[in-house]
Amino acid sequence: MRYRYYPGCSLEGTAREYNLSTRALMGALGGDFREIDDWTCCGASAADATSHLLSLALPARNLALAAKQGEGDDILVPCSACYLNLKKVEEKTRRDPELRAQLNEILIADQLQLDGRARVRHLLDVLARDMGADRIRPLVRRPFTDFSIAPYYGCQCLRPYAVFDDPEAPQSMEPLIKAIGARIHPWCMGGQCCGAAHMQTQTEVGMELVTAILQGAKGADAIVTVCPMCQMNLEAYQHRIGRKCAEDLRISVLYLPQLLGLAMGLPQAELGLDLNLAITPEFRKKLSA
Amino acid sequence: MNRSASPANAEQLSRESRTLAPVQAMIRSCIQCGTCTGSCPNAFAMDRTPRQLWRLVLMGRQKAIFESKTFALCSACYYCTLRCPRGLPLTEAMGALKQIAARENRVRHRPSTLFHENFIRSVRRHGRVKEMELMTRYWAAVKNPVLPLRFALLGMKLMAKGKVSLDWPSKAKRPLETLFRKVEELEGRS
Repeated sequence: MRYRYYPGCSLEGTAREYNLSTRALMGALGGDFREIDDWTCCGASAADATSHLLSLALPARNLALAAKQGEGDDILVPCSACYLNLKKVEEKTRRDPELRAQLNEILIADQLQLDGRARVRHLLDVLARDMGADRIRPLVRRPFTDFSIAPYYGCQCLRPYAVFDDPEAPQSMEPLIKAIGARIHPWCMGGQCCGAAHMQTQTEVGMELVTAILQGAKGADAIVTVCPMCQMNLEAYQHRIGRKCAEDLRISVLYLPQLLGLAMGLPQAELGLDLNLAITPEFRKKLSA
Repeated sequence: MNRSASPANAEQLSRESRTLAPVQAMIRSCIQCGTCTGSCPNAFAMDRTPRQLWRLVLMGRQKAIFESKTFALCSACYYCTLRCPRGLPLTEAMGALKQIAARENRVRHRPSTLFHENFIRSVRRHGRVKEMELMTRYWAAVKNPVLPLRFALLGMKLMAKGKVSLDWPSKAKRPLETLFRKVEELEGRS
């Protein structure tokens, strides 16, 4: 299977460790994997809040670029917000030839065209279905047998398009986490919302949502995420939230490819573990034990 | 609500109903069951529940809709869209209301609009979002001196880890300029 990689803007900045660990893990799993040249922003949630057409044109440009550079390759996206924006255009243009024509009218100025065959895949989808637990299990060098892991899926890799998991009761991470020997932390917050960009514009509301997730994760050794926005919301405000509700809510938060990479013995530097904002001393101690 | 039927008022009412028409079309078959409200993680903070908002939209109650913060509190988790028994694109309808508020520059929604505008400007300028530039420009636009302080500690942590850079991105390339112009042209905004 060949993949065209769309990292997205966050993975060049605040989520650099997601980029590093995705590359390292895909390399170790032998995925044929090339970054899309000259990719541009997908519009995030901002385009949809300003112009509907722009919110479709920005992802469309990247789908067309990917098709031009690697016909037939799946487009691999680690960020859930980018994933949904790109997926939306894939789904909508497949069903609506008029929309595709309109977007092509925009793209033609840059010698780009949508052919309606692009297939957008979330990193979790590729890890769960293309790679799978069976491919990971024999590569495990450092079993996580003494760890309890809380899988956090967030929203936009699950909904509204039910592509690879149950959007009400997601489970796709569980076989992967079990493959490295870890236990699954029992909780029901895996598919709940972290508030996304609310942290910037509606901070108090975002805090409420994150509090419930951190409280639900109590007792686990770490939360694993598959989205830069979820990751940042869960890792960056732990002290402030803990102070507010007088509870110790500190917990390590890692990206899924970081966790799998650690178990497969990939060097911490390659997985960008020093870039995370919430790796507790307890977690580090257990890791080096 | 009492509304006099003066010609000026009538004209305004008809303009308002045209603005809402696309959103009304999206949710026309809403049966007011409240599944959206029951599914919404942000409902606790809303002044109108999502179900009430859809009723206001169908009744064309422009003023009440945009005085409410309900649509701005949608974090696009898509639970309502997933569960709506009528299969309505409710998250998209929330987005459509955000777009109207942004276009009409509604005061109540200024901070959100400014955030999104600055985001999109950054994309237009560089093709990709430069997070540090975005936040700096947003804070400058909001003119709230406390806001940057709330994020100062996080900002310093991110800088220490080399995750955001203080380098101002170069202005040389604008890879999306043609795309933006074409979109504006098609939307009749150029």
